[in-house]
Amino acid sequence: MLRMQVQQEKHTKKLQKCNVLGPCSISFTAAYTGSWRLERPVVDFSTCIKCGTCQRYCPADLITIDKEKVECVYIDLDYCKGCGICANECPKKCIDMVEERSVN
Amino acid sequence: MAHYKMLDGNTACVEAMKMSRVKVISAYPITPQSTIAEKLSDLVAKEELDASYIRVESEHSAMSCAIGAQLTGVRTATATASVGLALMHEVLNVASGLRVPIVMPVVNRSLASPWSLWCDHQDSMAERDSGWIQLYCENVQDVYDTMLMSYRIAEHPDVLTPVMVCLDGFFLSHSMQKLVVAEQVEVDEFVGEYTVNNLKLDPADPIVINNLTGSNEITEMKYQQAVGFEKAKKVMQDVFAEFGRKFGRQKSLVEGYRTEDAEAVIISLGSMSGTIKHVVNELREKGYKVGIVKIVSFRPFPAAELKEVIGTIKKVAVIDRTTGFGGQGAPLWMETRAALNQNVLVKNYIAGLAGRDIHTGTIEKVFFDILASEEESEKPIWIDCDTENAMKIREVYKYV
Amino acid sequence: MFNLNTESKGYVSHGVSACAGCGMELIIRNVLEVLGEDTTIVIPPGCSALFCGYGIESGIKISGLQGNLENSAAYASGISRGYEAQGNFHTKVIAFAGDGGTLDIGLQSLSGMMERGENVLYICYDNEAYMNTGIQGSSASPYGARTTTTPGGKKQQKKDLLGIAMAHNIPYCASASIVNIPDLRKKVKKAREVVGPSLLHIQCPCPTGWGYDTSKSIEVCRNAVQSGAWVLYEYEDGKLTISTKIKELKPLKDYLILQKRFDGMNDEEIETLEAYVREQYHQLMDIAHS
Repeated sequence: MLRMQVQQEKHTKKLQKCNVLGPCSISFTAAYTGSWRLERPVVDFSTCIKCGTCQRYCPADLITIDKEKVECVYIDLDYCKGCGICANECPKKCIDMVEERSVN
Repeated sequence: MAHYKMLDGNTACVEAMKMSRVKVISAYPITPQSTIAEKLSDLVAKEELDASYIRVESEHSAMSCAIGAQLTGVRTATATASVGLALMHEVLNVASGLRVPIVMPVVNRSLASPWSLWCDHQDSMAERDSGWIQLYCENVQDVYDTMLMSYRIAEHPDVLTPVMVCLDGFFLSHSMQKLVVAEQVEVDEFVGEYTVNNLKLDPADPIVINNLTGSNEITEMKYQQAVGFEKAKKVMQDVFAEFGRKFGRQKSLVEGYRTEDAEAVIISLGSMSGTIKHVVNELREKGYKVGIVKIVSFRPFPAAELKEVIGTIKKVAVIDRTTGFGGQGAPLWMETRAALNQNVLVKNYIAGLAGRDIHTGTIEKVFFDILASEEESEKPIWIDCDTENAMKIREVYKYV
Repeated sequence: MFNLNTESKGYVSHGVSACAGCGMELIIRNVLEVLGEDTTIVIPPGCSALFCGYGIESGIKISGLQGNLENSAAYASGISRGYEAQGNFHTKVIAFAGDGGTLDIGLQSLSGMMERGENVLYICYDNEAYMNTGIQGSSASPYGARTTTTPGGKKQQKKDLLGIAMAHNIPYCASASIVNIPDLRKKVKKAREVVGPSLLHIQCPCPTGWGYDTSKSIEVCRNAVQSGAWVLYEYEDGKLTISTKIKELKPLKDYLILQKRFDGMNDEEIETLEAYVREQYHQLMDIAHS
């Protein structure tokens, strides 16, 4: 929402609904790519050193590190495709890829 | 006050582009268009035209640059001919599909093969399904006038369709003729500023343009284009009328000359029209009741207007300056045949390919043939072709 | 204006249809984050076209144009000139094209753009084949790589994109890799500041086309850099600098063995490729130190 406000503020013109002709995409959307995965990442928070490597390498940018929290690594499972890069790159090997079917 | 100039067709295009204040130019040289690219570059270098000149490395890129620039909200200039237009083919469809109202002179020249430098309509006819409006010019004054009007037609919100202004290679592009050039204030007032706001690249108001679209929507988008073509006819007539009032020269989608009591007429496109008018006058002196119907807008094809001009005329000769291989006839004949009633005799003549002059002798032959015809021919008549010796013009020694 | 139906940290939606483990997804997120919203992107058909979305839906929320396969550089040139003609010298116009659309069919328009000195940042994400259409070989496919049009392994060495860019004497070009994100981001930032043409050649690992487990994308890139198969360097105002000094190149086998596309290479072919890789690497080192 913040982004849209910034864009709106840049325009002194009013926002008006109108039809355009031809092909364009104007609806910023996300697909439920979380439904793709066969495995999901599970973090062992006690071993995690909050280095940020998983956050850096997640192709979908789904990882947020909060150094203040015990559950320091948050992974947005709506979109996680289960690629396993976070688990593979973690220097402490504290991320496990767990079969999706085994989780409720 | 308007003033006279002696200009060739190419320079007339440049004059119109300059006066319409184009902002980005991307043109690649090709005979017989090259002087358009050169003169535009000259004007920019001399600062007589405030524009950005992109010295593109091919026609495909010339059209791509023009589309990119015009999408940001400026009027662009490009021009081409022959195989250059053929190379642009892929991107022509992008321009029309994205409703980018580019105005482009096409200096009509034959397509390879065989290689030719000279005039025929193969190039623009090959693009008749590209979704571009096609207007054909008779003389240099017509070129200048049509260019100015084309910006108004293309950019009209009901149309939003790019326009090809076709002028015959060498016959018009390199022919010095006297014409009336408008004053800059008059052009500013008539053409106006570029204000198109359909699909636009604007970082402050962003969208993504030209993405993959599904079969659930494309039919409707193509229908949008069809509607644009439909409305173009009315817009053209309005623009022609306004130009007529302001500059004293009135065009129509279809222009008949001495057709009122004609027994036979020739349908024509482009510079041949001038010669045909001359032959009409000469034959009329001798008592023949002939006339000429010049098509100004080939796309959209003015079927209803043509029917009206033809009226009760029973014999129609169509001269196609292109081949139309494999079809029942060449393109102009196909359109004409489809537009007119079955009881009108419509015969197809192919002439003037690759710069072969459509001279008075050829035109007389066509008139005499159509006047004497009682039924249509099965296939087009190659009226200026040495059909008897055609298969033998190259004799070589070969090892067998 | 975009209708924002989803929230995102950056300018790319989190739910896009890139393959799991796709290098390109990581690349574009970082590129756009560094460049910011005052950017217009040209994307050709190919893997990256998925960011332009389908129908009314878009995967990015900046201004963009989906072009054709061979003319990204031409569209970008026109857009850049169009902005400048209206006094806009601040919006960065970029192209985001694959190796096929850059080095094969796109080479002409890229060359024209560079030669004319257009103000465009051209980014080539190189997954070393025509991946989107089904893993067909391109001139960027390495020697020995199996693709659907080089089933017995490619017979030619990889075409040198940065060499071509340097031959055009552009102000800035560089190679980058997702194994070193800070380096990649620094290079994007530098390229953004260039007035004139700049080119970034970024290795884009593809689990689908290269044949490795999706979790190994970064690992594969690491091996590429460490073996010299992908050299990180910059060319700035005529001077070449190596970005990552490698003390001793790892055996190329360590890189090749990770990917099914190199299965079937015999020892001689591996030696040929390794010799070529090392020769290229040492040539670059020599130029850098001269």
